[in-house]
Amino acid sequence: MNVLEVRDLRVDLGAHTVLHDVDLTVRAGEAVAVLGANGSGKSTLVRAVTGLIPVHSGTIELFGTPLGPNAPMHRVGYVPQRVSATSGVVATAVEVVQSGLLGKGRLRPGRDATRKAVEALESVGLGAAAHRPVTELSGGQQQRVLIARALVREPELLVLDEPVAGVDLPSQEAFARTLTRLVRAGTTVVVVLHELGDLAALVQRAVVLRGGHVAHDGAPPPAHRHHAAPGHVHVHPHDDVTAQDVGAPALELEP
Amino acid sequence: MTGITQMLTDPLMQRALLVALLVGLAAPVIGTYLVQRKLSLLGDGIGHVALTGVALGWLVGAALDVVPNDALAVPGAVVAAVAGAVVIEVVRERTRGGGDVALALLFYGGIAGGVLLIGIAGGTSANLVGYLFGSISTVSTSDVVLTVALCALLLGVGLGLRPALFAVSHDAEFARSTGLPVRALNIAIAVVAALTVTVAMRVVGLLLVSALMIVPVAVAQLVSRSFASTMHLAMGLGTAVCVVGLAVTYWVPLAPGATIVVLAIAVYLVVLAARPLFARR
Repeated sequence: MNVLEVRDLRVDLGAHTVLHDVDLTVRAGEAVAVLGANGSGKSTLVRAVTGLIPVHSGTIELFGTPLGPNAPMHRVGYVPQRVSATSGVVATAVEVVQSGLLGKGRLRPGRDATRKAVEALESVGLGAAAHRPVTELSGGQQQRVLIARALVREPELLVLDEPVAGVDLPSQEAFARTLTRLVRAGTTVVVVLHELGDLAALVQRAVVLRGGHVAHDGAPPPAHRHHAAPGHVHVHPHDDVTAQDVGAPALELEP
Repeated sequence: MTGITQMLTDPLMQRALLVALLVGLAAPVIGTYLVQRKLSLLGDGIGHVALTGVALGWLVGAALDVVPNDALAVPGAVVAAVAGAVVIEVVRERTRGGGDVALALLFYGGIAGGVLLIGIAGGTSANLVGYLFGSISTVSTSDVVLTVALCALLLGVGLGLRPALFAVSHDAEFARSTGLPVRALNIAIAVVAALTVTVAMRVVGLLLVSALMIVPVAVAQLVSRSFASTMHLAMGLGTAVCVVGLAVTYWVPLAPGATIVVLAIAVYLVVLAARPLFARR
């Protein structure tokens, strides 16, 4: 059974069609990167898949069940694009992570919520900060708190939206280690990235979006030959770049 | 000492103290969620709308010849506040956190509607003063019963659903992705806020209701390092300022509602000034 099955998806935001004719199948255990320029629709795709924005037409199935009230969201962990782990009232990392233990028909976390939250924080290297207010943590550490909040759900499908954008190097490395361990343990991962970076070794498949449709679905695109070293794949952030062909998606490098 | 004994044996004061204690305990619970959502002024808006409810209750009471003629004022306030809070929440959801002008219209309409309706009901705006500024010195036994019931409900929802209410207030988008009933929880917060406004109306009045929800949380924010401790400390502070503020007015002829709020703000300023002494590191 496929973990995620998207067929003929179209998503409109206001009067603007952001995604159209999108097909995507993710099988159990796959690690898929969703790449694309700013405005290509990659965040919209994962937000549609997690039920956060309405779909104009097409179908989305999670674990064989159509998205909707009966979708098995307890099997999904979502890490939103980094806003901030803080809100108007101070909260500790453990308090934030415990939100991940809730779901449909589950308005209170279980009795061992604190232990589970601390373990999830340990798995992203933040065990020592578990009871500190998130306001005292760096941006990268706050991002790891949000990853722990998804991991505490013990998800079979982990969906991450630009998890390493603007994150400090130690947090990026901790993130790559965590993700590697999860993929080895069989977790299915769909991760939106601006560039493959440290995750190039981990990702088995890349889906490149361009102008709201899938321009490439297959092996991760190679880096430009002058920048073949891992960590240098860079999707050009502007839309005026011409695609060469589907097999070698337009991956332009900024000098 | 005999003064305190005298105060505590005065049945009027006993009722007032009990109401003040319960309201002081319950109001900061919902206040914590409002501060967390950066909606500190929501209570004020609901209070404005509740004024129309007070006048509407009065109008219906006058039409039905209910005695006393304000017997339906509090039920009217409850209905209007809950309806207003739900409308505010729907506008907020539809406009993605905006709807600024729509909300302003609702608030002004609330005050103006209250003043207009009270006139039509044969009263004067002087009749509204007790609701605007509180009237805890005239609390009846049935008021106490209503307050106990509503505060029990507020504490039950606010504390019992804390993990879920925290989750939607902290990150509504993530909460939705988990399958939590985000809309129902948002409406629950709005309704609980509306009930808090009507229950606190007796103590400090509609114009100061929000202060009782927000100021204790603002004080707790200065020293707390977790969400749970912020809420608990705010509850303790709310109770203390309500009881102490009311007790002061037993001896000194001051308006109870205003005294309580000024006391709370004074505590805020003192803690703010003293905070460097407590600061870690």
